[in-house]
Amino acid sequence: MTARERSELARGLTFVSPWLFGFLALTLVPIFLSLYYSFCDYSLLERKPDGTLWPVWIGLENYRNLLGDAEFYRTLRNTAHYAAISLPAGLLVSLGLALMLNAPIRGQAIYRTIIFLPSLVPVVASAMVWMWLFEADLGLINAILSRLGISGTVSMEWFNQWRGLQGEARVRDFALPPQWLVDDRLALTSLALMSIWGIGHTVVIYLAGLQDIPVELYEAAEIDGAGTWRRLLSVTIPMLSPVIFFNLVMAIIGTFQVFAVPFIMTSGGPARATYLYTHYLYDNAFTYLKMGYASAMAWIQLLIILALTGIAFWTSKRWVHYQGR
Amino acid sequence: MRARRKNLWLVHVGLLLACAGFALPFLWMLSTSLKTLEEVGDRNRLAMIPSSFAWRNYTEVVTSPKLDFPLFTRNTLIIAALAVAGNTLVSAMVAYGFAKIRFKGRGFLFAVMLATMMIPFPVLMVSVFTIFRWIGDNTPIQMLGTFKPLWLPFWFGSAFSIFLLRQFFMTIPDELTEAAKIDGCSEWGIFFRVILPLARPALAVVALFTFMAVWNDFLGPLVYLQRPEQYTLALGLQTFQSAHGGTRWNLLMAASVLVLLPVVILFFLTQRTFIQGIATTGMKG
Repeated sequence: MTARERSELARGLTFVSPWLFGFLALTLVPIFLSLYYSFCDYSLLERKPDGTLWPVWIGLENYRNLLGDAEFYRTLRNTAHYAAISLPAGLLVSLGLALMLNAPIRGQAIYRTIIFLPSLVPVVASAMVWMWLFEADLGLINAILSRLGISGTVSMEWFNQWRGLQGEARVRDFALPPQWLVDDRLALTSLALMSIWGIGHTVVIYLAGLQDIPVELYEAAEIDGAGTWRRLLSVTIPMLSPVIFFNLVMAIIGTFQVFAVPFIMTSGGPARATYLYTHYLYDNAFTYLKMGYASAMAWIQLLIILALTGIAFWTSKRWVHYQGR
Repeated sequence: MRARRKNLWLVHVGLLLACAGFALPFLWMLSTSLKTLEEVGDRNRLAMIPSSFAWRNYTEVVTSPKLDFPLFTRNTLIIAALAVAGNTLVSAMVAYGFAKIRFKGRGFLFAVMLATMMIPFPVLMVSVFTIFRWIGDNTPIQMLGTFKPLWLPFWFGSAFSIFLLRQFFMTIPDELTEAAKIDGCSEWGIFFRVILPLARPALAVVALFTFMAVWNDFLGPLVYLQRPEQYTLALGLQTFQSAHGGTRWNLLMAASVLVLLPVVILFFLTQRTFIQGIATTGMKG
């Protein structure tokens, strides 16, 4: 290493040193610390006989307990259910909105502002508003539905007979207008659909991507006789695929972390139908103070997210087209 | 493009419908916040314009003993100010290192930094908490139950802000920094006297995003703040809601409007920079 290189290394490291320190102390060490905790009994409630609270190595027991923990499976299932609605709906709606907002129309700026604004709403405030909108009796949605004459019940008797369901397994009738957050069969879906309201960030990123597509490509396609749909499928979507991929990965990571909205709006209820993974992790850590157990959950979460983004990356070779690379 | 023009009215209809749906929650929030409890409780009255404007809902929220609005605002602003100051300055410094100094291992460290953006917060939450707890037990510095865990991490820069600023610094021509170097300017001199003044718009975006992140944060205060007099607005609003058990919707909506207002005002004041900042995030693909 020459003197010049050495001096550059010293200067470079000086400038990035705050981040480097923060990375070590608040990311790298915590990750391995939580891996260690996940193999420990680390309860902040019970002091050891000598008065300390140090974690005690118990090997794989946390993981074994998790595999037999019905609540773990329930929250995992709920999170998957939530993701199965909010991920595709979010990607499709935001892409659709971005395509429309990219069209050369009057009032474009106003449309864009209105679509973007909800994504700025602090999560607590948006939880409040939607609790009020979803309110079964006085909420706006149901008030409008009842005015439209939608009331009574939807009988599920035909379904029960068709499937031959008896006793506990019978599907209860649905009330009309729907009891959004009160009905345990609708609450999670309601929350997932509500997440579409805050989609503005994704729309903006799509819009930026759309504006990067060279006009010549559309002109060439038009000369070749491509219609609106053909241009969308053969020019827009392939050119936008890196951005779609980026948004997909961010959405996978984000969806798994959803916590505040169900925590505030339904506290995981009714009948734990909206009890999500991160909520259960939070409860284990800060309500039951089982830090080891919570850390095992955190690591499983990390591995699931890594696996999902890994799959996304792996399939991306087939559908993501990077220009000039 | 002529063929498309015919379909533009369809786009208009689609956007009008979407915007109606996106704007309705705002309008209804505002409307409810100005209604009397009597009107809110009557399911047959669905007027968007309140029959009489109950402005006192707002004074009631601000003076409510259950929601110490001025105190919670003060708490939030203290945390936000410390976070914004630290994050803007330090992220700029680190971004300068990544953008303008060609040191060995720069590419690797930058890739590591981008990768940290992918780590979900809940994964780190538990062990970071125990680290702060350990510091409180073994040094004279108390962390839990203070504001520190909420702003101190920003003084190490945040990956997102560093990335944003680095992208901006890359657009500043190297000739400029080289010229300053020839004139005998030190690395710090270049950073403070050449780069920072040029980067004002980008710094504004970072400051803005940091402010919003703190203002909106719910999980952080929930984990670290213990006494109600330390609560931030987000946490206070949630406590207010559970205290009222979801009945006094007009007050809840008034409180929500008050929490939302600063964010919306900030957005309208800085709209252009703001949108550009978000658009940059998607450009690393």
